[in-house]
Amino acid sequence: MPFINKGFHAKRPTDGPHKLPPGQYETQDFPVLTAGPTPRINLANWEFRLEGLVENPVKWSWNEFNALPQQDFNPDIHCVTKWSKFDTKWRGVSLDTLLEHVQLQPEAEFVLAFSYGGYTTNLPLADLRNGQAFIGLQYEGKPLTPEHGGPARLVVPHLYFWKSAKWVQGLRLLGVNKPGFWEEAGYSMYGDPWKEQRYGSDDDDETDTSSLRL
Amino acid sequence: MSRLDWQIGTVAAITTDTPRVKTLTLSLPNWTAHRAGQHYDLRLSAPDGYQTERSYSIASPPEQTGEIALTVELIADGEVSGYLHEGVAVGDQLELRGPIGGYFVWPAGAPDAPLLLVAGGSGVVPLMAMLRHRQRAGLPSPAVLLFSIRTPEEVIYQQELEAMAQADPAFTLLLAYTRQAPAGWAGYHRRIDAAMLAEAVARLPGAPQCYVCGPTGLVESVATLLQAQGLPDEAIRTERFGPTGP
Ligand SMILES: Cc1cc2nc3c(=O)[nH]c(=O)nc-3n(C[C@H](O)[C@H](O)[C@H](O)COP(=O)(O)OP(=O)(O)OC[C@H]3O[C@@H](n4cnc5c(N)ncnc54)[C@H](O)[C@@H]3O)c2cc1C
Repeated sequence: MPFINKGFHAKRPTDGPHKLPPGQYETQDFPVLTAGPTPRINLANWEFRLEGLVENPVKWSWNEFNALPQQDFNPDIHCVTKWSKFDTKWRGVSLDTLLEHVQLQPEAEFVLAFSYGGYTTNLPLADLRNGQAFIGLQYEGKPLTPEHGGPARLVVPHLYFWKSAKWVQGLRLLGVNKPGFWEEAGYSMYGDPWKEQRYGSDDDDETDTSSLRL
Repeated sequence: MSRLDWQIGTVAAITTDTPRVKTLTLSLPNWTAHRAGQHYDLRLSAPDGYQTERSYSIASPPEQTGEIALTVELIADGEVSGYLHEGVAVGDQLELRGPIGGYFVWPAGAPDAPLLLVAGGSGVVPLMAMLRHRQRAGLPSPAVLLFSIRTPEEVIYQQELEAMAQADPAFTLLLAYTRQAPAGWAGYHRRIDAAMLAEAVARLPGAPQCYVCGPTGLVESVATLLQAQGLPDEAIRTERFGPTGP
């Protein structure tokens, strides 16, 4: 028999077009979660790189990056700390647009996003294509603020938000799936909110996480 | 059973820390020693199948075996904190899993380094686990807790913190009241600022490891001020919870 907390009911029924993944709650706020201080980035030195298993690594300056075609995105986002936020308003560059600039080597299957401040997170390359991911430059019509990852952050709305690396500096194409910062600490290698893949032990393939420092 | 499987704990005690803060002590069938600073995930299930989860830092030290203490601040209109405050009595059961979190933990890095703990409101909870662990394990790191609260009635763990500071010359408690200070108060009566942090650092014999926890605004400003005082990013660990409002 499933466990029930007597007298407990949802406080704010969620109906309408949006759905909450299991275990999540809706917030109107935009909470900030970061392990350390917010890096301050000088736009004059900012760069974004595509490197690793590509024939021709590329590098954009801030002005070059902003000259790329931009689009509006209105995703629902889900943080592993249990909040979800519906219909957020972003403007940025689709990963499809960026990937047009490189010739991928055939083994390139995974991506390690790396950031100013040293943060990293891993994703399958397939999860960044076909309109599923973008580099966000504006939020609610304004430049993205530093505490939310400005000047630029990766946004991959269909995965828990720690995969959407703040202060992103580039993507490294890899042939193997290499854990990033939180993944090394025991968080899921994939992070599907609909399957509640919060920690390594929630992953489908039961990868051995016994050595991790969760 | 792994420590990340859900288990059902039993509420063994409930204490009222402040008008808006309660501590629930839960006895766990599968208690695992935690590291100070880690949290548990708690899951509530309604009869209609609705489930929701929140994280709560462990307030108790790893020396308190078989049970954990969670200190919960009542958030206005809060779904889970409201239920934990009003719907739960001693003997009730709650579903949870943990311990979780591999970064905001102490000791870490340089285990003997002086310790600067900075808390806003319920952000003191994981820092309290560190202080209790330090005390119970007899760890030598000199420590300062700079604790920002709005009013005298909101000081969580006040008696225990004051007793700890009395008994231990290597531990300094600095309270900063942001709205109302006690009558005759000679200490800080303002938000945490650069001067306050410099004074806190100066009470320690060397460059500290810093743990900062509280609402986003406080964490953001304290971490930036600590950076500005020349502390390296690696020495500043942050955890943000509580409403993000101004
Ligand atoms: C790692 C971690 C450790 C935590 N440890 C503790 C702890 O030791 N003690 C404690 O009291 N709380 C702790 N929290 C916060 C806790 O998980 C809940 O967020 C809190 O109890 C509020 O939940 P609720 O269901 O009562 O409020 P909700 O019903 O979720 O929200 C009520 C209102 O407050 C806002 N709100 C509530 N919580 C947050 C938040 N965290 N960020 C942004 N907005 C919010 C919501 O947007 C909403 O408008 C921790 C959070 C994390 C991530």
